[in-house]
Amino acid sequence: MAGINKNATQIRANVVSNKRVGQYHQLIINIGDLAQTCRPGNFVAINVGGENSRMVLRRAFAISRVSANSVSGGTMELIVAPHGQGSKWLCAQGEGAILDIVVPLGTAFGIPTEPVQVLLVGGGYGSAPLFGLAEVLNAKGCRVDMLLGASTASKIYAPMEGKRAVNSLRIYTEDGSMGQNGRVTEPIAGLIEDLNIAVIYSCGPMAMLAAIDEITRGTDVVHQCAVEESMACGIGICMTCVLPVSDSAGNIAMLRSCIDGPVMDGSFVQWDKVGKAL
Amino acid sequence: MTALDFSTTLGNAWFPAPTFTASGCASSGRELSQFFDIKDMGGVVTKSVMLKARNGRPTPRMAETPSGMLNSIGLQGPGIDAFLAKDVPFLVEQKARIIISIAGETVEEYSTLARKLRSVSGISAIEVNISCPNVENRGLVFACDPEASRRVIDGVRRTIGGELPIIAKLSPDVTDLVSIAKGVVDAGADALALINTVLGMVINLDTMRPHLGGKTGGLSGPAIKPIAVRAVYQVHAEMPQVPILGMGGISNGRDALEMIAAGASGVSIGTASFGNPTAIMSIQNELKDLLIDKGFTSLRQAIGYAHRPESE
Repeated sequence: MAGINKNATQIRANVVSNKRVGQYHQLIINIGDLAQTCRPGNFVAINVGGENSRMVLRRAFAISRVSANSVSGGTMELIVAPHGQGSKWLCAQGEGAILDIVVPLGTAFGIPTEPVQVLLVGGGYGSAPLFGLAEVLNAKGCRVDMLLGASTASKIYAPMEGKRAVNSLRIYTEDGSMGQNGRVTEPIAGLIEDLNIAVIYSCGPMAMLAAIDEITRGTDVVHQCAVEESMACGIGICMTCVLPVSDSAGNIAMLRSCIDGPVMDGSFVQWDKVGKAL
Repeated sequence: MTALDFSTTLGNAWFPAPTFTASGCASSGRELSQFFDIKDMGGVVTKSVMLKARNGRPTPRMAETPSGMLNSIGLQGPGIDAFLAKDVPFLVEQKARIIISIAGETVEEYSTLARKLRSVSGISAIEVNISCPNVENRGLVFACDPEASRRVIDGVRRTIGGELPIIAKLSPDVTDLVSIAKGVVDAGADALALINTVLGMVINLDTMRPHLGGKTGGLSGPAIKPIAVRAVYQVHAEMPQVPILGMGGISNGRDALEMIAAGASGVSIGTASFGNPTAIMSIQNELKDLLIDKGFTSLRQAIGYAHRPESE
């Protein structure tokens, strides 16, 4: 096995900016040349709470976008929901704050070699990395359509500039407060047929990913999903973020979502066994 | 600049530095080797391996707690044969010093594991983990039962012969740790690893049920450091000749020195590596500087220093 996480580097990185976007925070962090090794799907592990914090574990965040040549050098963008103590601390870090980060980590979304029709499906702030992905796919000549869903309008993350790379964007909310009323998974089966979709890229809650797998099962559509399991380390040593995944021979093993994921082939994930003893 | 002899020994195994990974907190060393040269630390204690491949417990397997975390992995691993074929050669190639940790469900399983290790070259010592709290049946925690602990160590000692040092990893969740420690030393353990995690639980207030898939989990991190220091101190006081690998919440050089002063010959770093992949190297460097600052010329002088008579 050639090195695990062979580009991963621990650095002290500067917060370039921190803006509130609806219910989320957009953080731009200077990572210099490491921006060139980050791919859509990769994540970053950040030390939170400062020295003497009672929070001892790193927090993992999907990288939503990188810019290799911004004014302040290479940067990465994170979209963070201030949910728990760690993410609240991170959202309180202003311009100039120094963060201890490890980046890039995990697997990346596979990019088709041919320009094909792709569908991007995001749930809540899980949509964040899909915009960076859309730009890469668009540059490859793929036709990119996007579906975003959340329980309510304020939880939809859809930045104006992100829409440029997509051919169409449809929004679904369960309370009908934005876009269409319903679940984001409802139109997928129809779209696969109408648009001749070859690949679905998804990022969001596990239940959404499982529902997409059910729709694509038995079809030729490839489902690349970014899974979410709580992690203690992000670098493969703690064995807490595991998922039951089969190999092509059908053998099921508990794989680490930090090393073998977060991007996985949805058809190999044993969705019905997640959270159960094997 | 004072020269410092930083080396240590556990049984007849010599290590250039007293800093180790903790079993179960570094997988098999490959993941950390991305961040530093693993031969630069004292040694790698590998994740406890069992005879057969094992999937471990269901998720969630983790909960962060104040200054610590609970884990409920349940000894997930590839089984001894795959481990010896894939993981040990990597560590040997890296020139890391290797302590292989084994765990079993029966006394016989430990002996069988020991037999498989007997002919493996490049190993410095064996850790016999008789105290993993994350097994289905708490009755299987041998280290809570003096007689069962003794039988496991005795079986491993007989199988392995007299060469390879045996380190018995014990649980703090007992009433009389010293008597269990004495039992395993009598049965042939050359050294002790103190302490394994402390059994704990978190209730999830959304579901109003235990948060972990395995319900209970092992508490680690700075929250348990005083328990670990106490355990090392108590055992060293009774058996100063038995080397102890001290662990439990060590996250900086000062923590490591506390453990050594309490009686540890070396320290293992676990949860701190989760928060910081290069924690072991920082702790190693800080410990070295602290020892020099305090005027020690060897690590050995500092081992058990907190036990010195009032007059000194």
